[in-house]
Order: sequence, then C-alpha cells, then structure tokens
Amino acid sequence: MVARVLQPIGRTFLASLEASGRLALFTLQSMLHCVAPPFYPRLIVKQMIEIGFYSLPVIGMTAVFTGMVLVLQTYVAVSRLNAESTIPYVVVISLTRELGPVLAGLMLAGRVGAAMAAEIGTMRVTEQIDALRTLSTNPFKYLIAPRLIAAVLVLPVLVAIADIIGVFGGYLVSVYRLDFSPAIYLKNTVDFVETIDIVSGLVKAAAFGFIVALMGTYSGFQSRGGAQGVGKATTDAVVSASILILAANFIITGLFFTR
Amino acid sequence: MSDLKIKVRGLKKAFGPKQVLNGVDLDVPRGKSLVVIGGSGSGKSVLIKCILGLIEPDAGSIEIDGQEVVGMKAAEREDIMRKFGMLFQGSALFDSLPVWENVAFGLIAGRGMARAAAKEVALRKLAAVGLGPEVGELYPAELSGGMQKRVSLARAIAVEPEIIFFDEPTTGLDPIMAQVINELIVKCVQSLGATALSITHDMHSLRAIADQAAMIYEGRIIWAGDAKTIDHSGNAHVEQFVLGRAEGPIRMPVRPL
Ligand SMILES: Nc1ncnc2c1ncn2[C@@H]1O[C@H](COP(=O)(O)OP(=O)(O)OP(=O)(O)O)[C@@H](O)[C@H]1O
Ligand SMILES: [Mg+2]
Repeated sequence: MVARVLQPIGRTFLASLEASGRLALFTLQSMLHCVAPPFYPRLIVKQMIEIGFYSLPVIGMTAVFTGMVLVLQTYVAVSRLNAESTIPYVVVISLTRELGPVLAGLMLAGRVGAAMAAEIGTMRVTEQIDALRTLSTNPFKYLIAPRLIAAVLVLPVLVAIADIIGVFGGYLVSVYRLDFSPAIYLKNTVDFVETIDIVSGLVKAAAFGFIVALMGTYSGFQSRGGAQGVGKATTDAVVSASILILAANFIITGLFFTR
Repeated sequence: MSDLKIKVRGLKKAFGPKQVLNGVDLDVPRGKSLVVIGGSGSGKSVLIKCILGLIEPDAGSIEIDGQEVVGMKAAEREDIMRKFGMLFQGSALFDSLPVWENVAFGLIAGRGMARAAAKEVALRKLAAVGLGPEVGELYPAELSGGMQKRVSLARAIAVEPEIIFFDEPTTGLDPIMAQVINELIVKCVQSLGATALSITHDMHSLRAIADQAAMIYEGRIIWAGDAKTIDHSGNAHVEQFVLGRAEGPIRMPVRPL
C-alpha cells in the first residue's frame, strides 16, 4: 500500500533528476563547443538573420502595443494621485527592466525556439544527425553552437530596439490621446532612465537568448520516434524555455536590484 | 598490421527487452567487399551503426585497422570517422542544403575544402551516379526516392573513404539503375582500394558486388563465406533466403488473414 503510493513519487523524482542531469551535461558540452574551433561563421550569420532580422516585426509589434497599453493603465493609477508627470518614467523603466526582455524572450521562444526544436528534431529522426557525424562534422559544433552564439548576440539588440519602439508607443498614446506635451514626455523619459535600467535589461536579454536556443536545440536533439516525437519536442522547447525565462528573470532581477 | 580492416567479436546490443544483436562475429578483409544479408528487422542496420559508432554496443569488441574502437574517446572516434563513408538506408540527406552541397558536405565541413573546388568534385560525383548538374541545384525534397538514394551514394563516396558502408544501396531503384549502382560500387571499391560493407536483400546486387557474404539471423552471423559459394552453402537458412522461399527454417511471425 505504502509502496504503491511512494513508488510513482520515487520514479518521478529519479526521472526528473536524470533529465536535469542530461540537460546539465548537454549545456556544458554545448558551451565547450561554442568556444573551441572549428567555427562556422557562415552558419552563425545565417542564424543571426533567422533569429534577429525575421523576429523584428513580431518584437516590434509586441513592444509598441505594450508601450501603449502601459500608458493607459498607468494613467488610471497615477491620475488618482495627481502624478501624471511620472508616466514617462514608469513606461521606460517597466520596458527596459522587465517587459522588453521578458516579452521579447517569450516571443522568441515561440517563434525561434519552436523552429529550432522542429528542425533539429526532424534531422534527428531522419538520421541527418547521424549522417553529419559520418561526414566528420560534430553536430554540437555545426547545429547547436551557431544557434546559441547567434541567439545570445542577437536578443540584446532586439531588446534595445524593442525598448525604443515601446517608448515610442507610450509617447503616441500620451501625446495624441492624453494630451501630453511631446517635448516634456521625451525629456522626462531621457532624464529619468538610468544606465542600470538598460544594462540589466540587456543582460537579461542575453540570458534569455541563451535559454531559448538551448531549450530549442536540446529538445530537438533528444527527440525520438517520428512526427509525434518532433511535435513533442517543439512543445517541450516552448514550454520549458518560457518557464526558465520567467524563473531566470526573477533571479537576475534579484542579483541586480537587491542591496 | 593484420589483413582485416574490420574485426567484430561478440557484439551485443539490446533495445529494452529486445536482444537485437546477440554475439556477432564478423571479419571484413582489407580491400574486399562483404555483403550481409538477413531478414527484415534482423539487426543489419544496427550492426552497421555500431561499427560506425553511431550506436553504443552493450558488449563486444570492434577493431578498425587493428585498433579497438568500442569505448574510445569522442575525439579519437572523430578521427576514425574520417575513414568512413556511409550510405543510409533512408538516404538521410540534409534537406536544408541543395543537392550539390549535400554531396560536397564532407569536403567542405569535414575537410575544409574551398566551396568552389568542392562543388566541382560534387558535380563530378553526381554525374557518376547519373545525375546532371541541374539536379545539383535542387533540394532533396524535390527528388524522387531513387534519386535521393543516388545522391546519398554520391555523398558517401565524395570524400573517397577507406571503408564504405552501404545500407541497401539498390532498394527502390529500377533494375537498370540498380545495376549501374552495383557497377559503381564495384568500381569505387577497386579504384579507391576501399573496403566495403554492404547490406542488401537483393540477390542480384549481392552477386554483382560481393567478394564475400555473410548472413545474420537471430542476432548472430550464422553463415559467412565466399560469395560464389552462397548457392551451395549447405546452410538451410541461407538456402531459403537465397531462393526466397516462404517455407523453411526461417518462420515469419505472420498469421493468415
Ligand atoms: N533506435 C532504436 N530503438 C529501439 N529499437 C530499435 C532501434 N533501432 C533498431 N531497433 C530494433 O532493432 C531491430 C533491428 O533493426 P534494424 O534496423 O537493424 O533492422 P534491419 O535488419 O536493418 O531491417 P531492414 O532490412 O528492414 O532494414 C528492429 O526490430 C528494431 O525494432
Ligand atoms: Mg535496415
């Protein structure tokens, strides 16, 4: 009786230990292959275009609407305190510190992480990864390292762009809907924002880029058994990357802003 | 150095409760072409992948050029891999790359050859398997199954390996193209001085390309010998396979409808 209750718990516990061990090993191996030659600059550039350039529309839309809604909601709160002049500050700090990197990371997990898992998963189940190895090419170097490097480099750039677009969205709503003075809105934004706000956001972005590429490639690499396996890998990649992004966000925020 | 290119002893591999290889012993002499026959699902592909190092065997020893490769470090393994060329049963072409880059892949990524030079070699290899330069610009998804197989063959021989593995090279080809591929394999083995280990169900192909033959059954090699003697092997299992009879010691686990 007791055994029947405890056995599944133990089994799940052991399985999760095994899974995290595998992931840790995979992470370590991938990072080593990122820094050891041979490198494939061609593939890194290709991935940067795939991850960065083609994500611009998605990230831009996310940022502009977030900036706009942020103004509307903050206005409700601060107008009760007669503190409307703080709106630019609230918008820019929320965007640079939190919403920019987190939303960009989550969108990227859906767009890029899923694609990586599907592509590498398909390569796994159609033996293309085995074929790579028979052609003296290390799949970690050829498939995984370029994606990791590209994602880590590109997401901060995307987030910087998203920050600017988001502030612009807030500006539009403030000026055209709430009748703020354009000059004062921009001046307040620039005066209030601090380097640490932006830097912490960009550091987060790099970490989230790493998480997205890592979970995308890991899920794809581990996939087994045909179309269904690839489908599962894709889901796993998005879900695990999203959760890890939110958790990492908490940890990095804690590191930056507790004294 | 011994005259054995590949020497397999006591090789075992199970997937879960299923014992696929159960003590395989196999010798492939240098510069010879050995063909392994056996029923569907008898572990032929698994055997080849173990020798290539794509599957880790549970037990046993595999020597390549007299060097033990089971349990070898990953870096040394990669060096050994340079001796190999492999034609996968399912072709396994890279679907994100055009055909010519597939063929040139081992030259560009594996050996660091310049792209232009590698493309020239690739187009030559494609021509050798009966595919024109216009096919080189297509993507694998745009090819028929038989064309994919030929591209895969061109990719396997492009790096001029010392040991070539062919997993069912003629399955899915018309009889004429199958014969062309057979002759190509023979020519490769002779001109490169390569050693070949092939798998086939096709007795025509076996007679065309094999110097030696072996049959795998229930996880072991039950017969091995000169390919010319396969018709008088004196082994009931081999005889049934060669003649393609449904009656005999090998029973297919099927029930009547
Ligand atoms: N990765 C794997 N996981 C689990 N079982 C496997 C795996 N690969 C092969 N098998 C099993 O091993 C057995 C042998 O497979 P293998 O592919 O070697 O057969 P084969 O002799 O090449 O057959 P065919 O002539 O049909 O290609 C099969 O029963 C298969 O189910
Ligand atoms: Mg097979």
